[in-house]
Amino acid sequence: MLDDLDRRLLRHYQRDPGVSPSELADLAGVTPATCARRLSRMQTTGVIRANRAVIDWRALGYEIEVSVRVTLDKSQPRAFDEFGEAARAVPEVVEVQTFLGRVDYRLAVIASDMTHYRQIYRTAILTLPHINEIEALMHLSRIKSDEVLPL
Amino acid sequence: MIELDTVDRRILRALVQDATQSASALGRKLGLSQPATWRRIKRLRETGVIAGQRLDLDRERLGFGVSVFLGVKLATKGRVSLEDFERAVSAIPEVQTVEHILGVYDYRLRIVARDIADFERVLRRRIMALPGVGDVEANVLLSEERRPGPIG
Repeated sequence: MLDDLDRRLLRHYQRDPGVSPSELADLAGVTPATCARRLSRMQTTGVIRANRAVIDWRALGYEIEVSVRVTLDKSQPRAFDEFGEAARAVPEVVEVQTFLGRVDYRLAVIASDMTHYRQIYRTAILTLPHINEIEALMHLSRIKSDEVLPL
Repeated sequence: MIELDTVDRRILRALVQDATQSASALGRKLGLSQPATWRRIKRLRETGVIAGQRLDLDRERLGFGVSVFLGVKLATKGRVSLEDFERAVSAIPEVQTVEHILGVYDYRLRIVARDIADFERVLRRRIMALPGVGDVEANVLLSEERRPGPIG
């Protein structure tokens, strides 16, 4: 189980995942050895899954991001699996999420411009299997995106 | 916009898996020298392709059993300033992401909660109390996968 010290380390580490181990120890007010031991334990037990680089797709020329929300034809027993499998094969799909609610699937689709998006939408998205309803939400801006947990 | 070659893409994919690996360790894996790897990583950071790092935590093991995506429509557009709404909603600790969108909803929020009862508390006491909130639509996240995207 996690104790207060683990949580304190995670609070600081979440806010600044680029810090070095010694800086993190300083921030949390523990020795580097304790910090390293705690982090290593949380990695082994799977509390910390990874420390990942975040890609800014705009810097690579993908100016447009669209949330495509899909409800499936549930009369088809394999609809969920087959849709998910096909959606994962589309290179411009950067996120695949499933939901309990009005929406079954959400895909985050990136494109370089509207012409490119229209082409992806027509040739790769609308052709996905078992779609019942589909709606698209265009991203205007990200106001908050740190995904920090309130520990 | 910058062009990436095959080696850049492999470096990027590796850093998305684990951003803490050193240039020498990464270089060994890719058959590159440490200085060459370091130069490429530096360029990816300086051009903003690598925008930062994110700690990937097991939310459930930390007691956050529920993630909900909430579509929010503002009821009184024009009378409520978007900046006021954005500032207030971003200050709520359970709100992990805020996106301004164009479509059926105005904003898309990602909310973490301990369980459904806790989510109800956040929704009623925090979200519905925000200035200008109209219709909301909640979808509970069941699974999520980030894909490598066009660099894959």
